[in-house]
Amino acid sequence: MPVEPENNGPGRGRTLVTGVIGVDTHIVGNRILGMALEEAGFKVVALGALTPAEDFVKAAIETAADGIMVSSLYGQGELDCRGFRALCVEAGLDDILLYVGGNLVVGKQDWVGVEKRFLDMGFDRAFPPGTRTADVIAALRRDFAARAEGRQRAET
Amino acid sequence: MTAAALLIDFGSTFTKLRAVDLEAAHVIGSGQGPSTVTTDVTEGLHKALGDLERRIGWLPDFKHRLACSSAAGGLRMVTVGLVPELTAEAARRAALGAGAKLTGTFAYRLTEGDMHRIEGIGPDIILLAGGTDGGNREVIVENAKRLAASSLACPVVVAGNRDAADEAASALARAGKPVTVTGNVMPEFGRLDVEPARAAIRQVFIDRIVHAKGIDRAAAMFDAVLMPTPAAVLEGARLLADGVKGKPGLGPLVVVDVGGATTDVHSVAEGAPTREGVVPHGLPEPVVKRTVEGDLGMRINAKTITEAAGLDAIAAAADLDQAHVRALLDKLTANVERLPQSDDERRLDRALAEAALRIAMTRHAGTITIVQTVTGPISIQTGKDLSDIKALIGTGGVLAHGAGGAAMLKRCLADPAEPHTLRPRAPDLYLDSDYLLFACGLLKDKEPEAALTLGLRHMHPVRNNVS
Repeated sequence: MPVEPENNGPGRGRTLVTGVIGVDTHIVGNRILGMALEEAGFKVVALGALTPAEDFVKAAIETAADGIMVSSLYGQGELDCRGFRALCVEAGLDDILLYVGGNLVVGKQDWVGVEKRFLDMGFDRAFPPGTRTADVIAALRRDFAARAEGRQRAET
Repeated sequence: MTAAALLIDFGSTFTKLRAVDLEAAHVIGSGQGPSTVTTDVTEGLHKALGDLERRIGWLPDFKHRLACSSAAGGLRMVTVGLVPELTAEAARRAALGAGAKLTGTFAYRLTEGDMHRIEGIGPDIILLAGGTDGGNREVIVENAKRLAASSLACPVVVAGNRDAADEAASALARAGKPVTVTGNVMPEFGRLDVEPARAAIRQVFIDRIVHAKGIDRAAAMFDAVLMPTPAAVLEGARLLADGVKGKPGLGPLVVVDVGGATTDVHSVAEGAPTREGVVPHGLPEPVVKRTVEGDLGMRINAKTITEAAGLDAIAAAADLDQAHVRALLDKLTANVERLPQSDDERRLDRALAEAALRIAMTRHAGTITIVQTVTGPISIQTGKDLSDIKALIGTGGVLAHGAGGAAMLKRCLADPAEPHTLRPRAPDLYLDSDYLLFACGLLKDKEPEAALTLGLRHMHPVRNNVS
């Protein structure tokens, strides 16, 4: 597939698995993210709504994905995402890049605390509601550039 | 004298013949001989031809002489994929669709233990898959190297990640293994493409397996052995469902076959949801799908049918006490050629067949699961929705020849007590009493119209209102 010149940054041609985790049917944001990622030159494996954690991992193995982007919009993300990194490690995907974003918890909670909980679970980045797709793409590019230098992720 | 065709099935017990008038599209006659593939295949075929000649008084000059075979163990295949639910499952489906008998299915990296098992199985063909196109390449290449280093000499069909297929194939070829590269069974995540693998398996069957099994000794007596018998039945089902240009078929249909060792179910149907608001989930389903239930067979696996259905249920259905059922099952499994000798045995056979049909159909059909979400319950469909198929055809010994085939067939249908299985609701019921589906499948490519007319004429409608 021909790639546009502006897509020649780090991350070009990388494969990302996307989906909405758990029994969550909110697909719209995930679709918008998927379209933006494709436009930015990523190869997107879209699992859609209602995706169990195991299915993200299975798809990542088969497609040799470089990252998994987990969406959760219905407030139960913390329960659904528990043990996600462990699942990846179990499947031999120890270092796969893991992002999570959406309405991750119920009620108004301090984002810094929420973010910390998800980072402690082994996600490389967590994103609050209202995040722009451009910010996610920029973060992916920084992280893949950092990985090219042997680091797990970029500092910022 | 109009043109005629001879259709041959080299079975594991019998060599069966059907002679067909191609212009009138009707059966001229049938012949049967023993299966002699393990010694000299020509012997059984000569006897069957003699039988045919006795019955019809002469032997026509056949325009086509086409054969299929399930003799010498059938087409014994091992499949290898990466993730069990993904490419390993896709490989399994491709092999079953090619009419194979699955003797082993493997996933992930082949271990030392796996290799011992595969060498012990000694399959006729190995189907090697793994990785979507552009996806994982390490595992299929590594598995190819392992197979290359093994003592196995059978052909390998490579149907995995196209970026890795050549490397995998050359590793095998360097080690002297016959290898064929074909399209990936799962080119993209969630998209199945089993037809290229099916075609490649069939070609290997024609080119090599027919010879390896010694069937080509009779090569002067037929034009070609085109496919394994289950593939011929599946092709017959496909023809009857789809029809040919200008002559419609029966529409979406299911064929069930209860045998001595397994129960096979073939569906030719999209299987898209028929209920409103249902979300499909899981691997997409091939339109032409075959499943084989290895634990549901009237003789070799009569005991495992009973395990699956419950001894109490079988005993109640046969109106026998449980100890008597156990004793009869011992007799059946000790002598798998045994035909029912008493009313008790006939009732047990019927109970076993009905249980096998109900369970096999339930496993083949899709299911609905209700998932509670914060926005309310959602119905998720896994597998094919067969509710609205138009025809259900029973083939094979117990259904075609035993009494009460129609009543048995009804056990495949949807049951209001099990609303979550998507079995057929009200299809027209047919019995393949003349055992002609395989013949239609063999003739399909050479004489499509005659094959279709023949099939439509010889599937015997049975009433849906028998109990």
